[in-house]
Amino acid sequence: MAITAEPQQQQLEVYTGEKGIWAWITTVDHKRIGLLYGTTALFFFILGGLEALFIRLQLATPNAEVLSAEAYNQLFTMHGLTMVFLVIMPIAAAFTNYFLPILVGARDVAFPRLNAFSYWLFLFAGLMIYSSFLVGGAPDGAWVGYAPLSTQITEVVRMDYWAIGLQLLGVASIASSANFIATVFTMRAPGMSLLRMPVFAWMALVVAFLLIFSLPAVGIGLFQLFLDRNFGALFYEAAAGADPLLWQHLFWIFGHPEVYVLVLPAMGIVSEILPVFSRKPLFGYEFVVFSGAAIGFVGFGVWAHHMFTSGLGPAAEAGFGIATMIIAVPTGVKIFNWIGTLWGGRIRFTTPMLFSIGFIAMFVIGGLSGVSHAVVPADTQQHDTYYVVAHFHYVLFGGAVFGYVAGVYYWFPKWTGRLLSEPIGKLHFWLMLLGFNLTFAPQHILGLNGMPRRTYRYDEGLGWDFWNLVSTIGAFLIALSILVFIYNILRSRKNGPIAGDDPWDGRTLEWTISSPPPVHNFDEVPIVHSLDDFWHRKYTEDETGRLVALPPVSGGTLTVDEGGADGGDVVDDDHDGDGHGDIHMPSPSYYPALTSFGLVVMGYGLIYLSWGWAAVVAGAMITLWGLFGWSLEPVTREEH
Amino acid sequence: MAQAVANTHPEEHHGEHEHDVHLIRKTAMWVFLGSECIFFGSMIATFLLYRNNLNGGPGAELFNIPFTSASSFVLLMSSLTMVLAHNSFEHNDSRQGRVWLAATALLGSVFLAGQIFEFTEFIAAGLTLPTSPFASSFYMLTGFHGIHVAVGVMMLAAMFLLSLFGKLHHDRGLNVELVGLYWHFVDIVWIVIFTVVYLLQV
Repeated sequence: MAITAEPQQQQLEVYTGEKGIWAWITTVDHKRIGLLYGTTALFFFILGGLEALFIRLQLATPNAEVLSAEAYNQLFTMHGLTMVFLVIMPIAAAFTNYFLPILVGARDVAFPRLNAFSYWLFLFAGLMIYSSFLVGGAPDGAWVGYAPLSTQITEVVRMDYWAIGLQLLGVASIASSANFIATVFTMRAPGMSLLRMPVFAWMALVVAFLLIFSLPAVGIGLFQLFLDRNFGALFYEAAAGADPLLWQHLFWIFGHPEVYVLVLPAMGIVSEILPVFSRKPLFGYEFVVFSGAAIGFVGFGVWAHHMFTSGLGPAAEAGFGIATMIIAVPTGVKIFNWIGTLWGGRIRFTTPMLFSIGFIAMFVIGGLSGVSHAVVPADTQQHDTYYVVAHFHYVLFGGAVFGYVAGVYYWFPKWTGRLLSEPIGKLHFWLMLLGFNLTFAPQHILGLNGMPRRTYRYDEGLGWDFWNLVSTIGAFLIALSILVFIYNILRSRKNGPIAGDDPWDGRTLEWTISSPPPVHNFDEVPIVHSLDDFWHRKYTEDETGRLVALPPVSGGTLTVDEGGADGGDVVDDDHDGDGHGDIHMPSPSYYPALTSFGLVVMGYGLIYLSWGWAAVVAGAMITLWGLFGWSLEPVTREEH
Repeated sequence: MAQAVANTHPEEHHGEHEHDVHLIRKTAMWVFLGSECIFFGSMIATFLLYRNNLNGGPGAELFNIPFTSASSFVLLMSSLTMVLAHNSFEHNDSRQGRVWLAATALLGSVFLAGQIFEFTEFIAAGLTLPTSPFASSFYMLTGFHGIHVAVGVMMLAAMFLLSLFGKLHHDRGLNVELVGLYWHFVDIVWIVIFTVVYLLQV
């Protein structure tokens, strides 16, 4: 793409919305909400990372005294909870928010204000859970909160923060999932059939269904736990004949689909990146899509492999073991498709590409150790040891986080108009790859040597000293790589090379619009003719099958601009005026933030029930105020 | 090439590509109801696990089947009036529609009153939330269903008032059809609950 310097300068001045903090609080623009999700996730990532560093410091040497047992319990609980619910899910939501509408050719999500509500509820609930540190102590019953440990009443109300906080986060996720599903099913651009959707959009759709059908199960579990703790209900009270195992079932019916919620969007991102930097279409697109959907379906039938040591009986254990092996098949299909995409491609080793390849390699390691959990006798040995910790960090850090970082490097130019620095990015990659493997590969050995999870210290002479020290050194290398990453973002946001609309020679619709995109995304709603539509607008094949560039048409958007012959600036700043007066974007609204604030006030009231009824009532009033204002205000304010 | 194809769709190409706003909201409502199935399913599963777990307290002998059958009948009839309300609004007969909305809300309230009466009776007979796992799961399941009915009654009342002041828009916010979908769902769930909790006495 021959892009001249002049339009690039213009593109940085594209109107992306009002400035100022109030404009961000009231925004209903899916792109801004995406950026808010991303920034917040990065903030919580730093907190969760610091918790991990404290854990590793405590475990660096035998019988260390960095942390008390009590503090250690809080830190590993908050680390798990933070990374799952406040980092990886929101970073996936950030990408989905920003790119799902653009990738399917829509101007916004189906319910822009509901989208804002989801974000604010996520933020407030996350802050609420963290505020527990200030009032005596954070949740300390592990992120899985197994009953009856989690139903024990302590002086500090830690596990109530966990129960209410997760409940609110669940509400936010269900709202945004319904939103995304409605967007995909009803708002695709003309010609964008389901099998022309980019893989990332597909994975976002599968994830939305996973959340819709899995979150209510843990929601009920959390309500039961709350009733047990505060109203004397007996759902998990073994002394009254109840079965605490019920909690494990309800939790993992949610918890296992949840791990696919965490990783499928990363797989979608990698499936976008590999074709671009191999200059080849994704190998077996349909197989990748349907494998993703198959993972979603089978993901609901494997939850009890988390419970092989809880005495389910041989029939259930065999069944869930086999289902667990089956789910490796679609996962393997995807991996072979990615390798097939790379095969024979003209590969460019850019930073997003490096992280994508890192994703595949690390995820394969994590996937293989995961298959070993499907073997019940082996799993019985590995259960609750560091082998499990190593396994899920390989799939969730080496897998998911590498995939999302690849996404940041890939799409950062679309967000900001500027590229992240490639040399710093490569330094980041190698530091993170090295640090990651130093941290978690030794934990396989530690686990197989019998080191249990969730214990705050160990004695000398058990053969664990050396690998624990290596692991801690690796953790600090990861921290260093994250500092490099943050430095890269801060530096490149202002001083990075100007990207232009299509810096990577991309294949999908987001590269047809300016960087950053205008408020309404598309001046003309695109008409889609094939998978990788933008690529086929740019290239065709000659008789020998070689790629031939087509002449560029009207600044990248192929829909004809009837308005004038000045093809270069269709995405210029005539958004709010005469040129496109028929585009009405939804007006800003503070009611979504207000409604979610009311819910969190109610949440606080529920935690301190003995005197919190006033807060419950006040929160309910605020929520109702928000809801009524929300439903009565006009969606699009008449501007003139 | 693309230009040629674009020109074959002039009506889609020019101006704003309009989405069916009603379809969008209906899709979201169906998705939400799908999620509600798991919500109630988890509670029903819990109840089935604990139905014989009386912990020395009273059990299913407290149930007054004729009384609950009557209140179930009232709730099911409210689905009929809901359909009539929707039908009236479809034919732009808001006056008639409001009558049926009010009837639906009234029937829902009668059901709720029956449930409150029933709970009072059970508590008097010594069945409270902390009595037994059976009691906990019974109150949670029927209680959450009652909350759903109460929310439905509030939405019906809101529809009634919005229509009265001429602010009921078909194209945004909740409308009678969406509230109807929710209301029918809550009724159908009650059929399952009534069968599983009250009628199946094995």
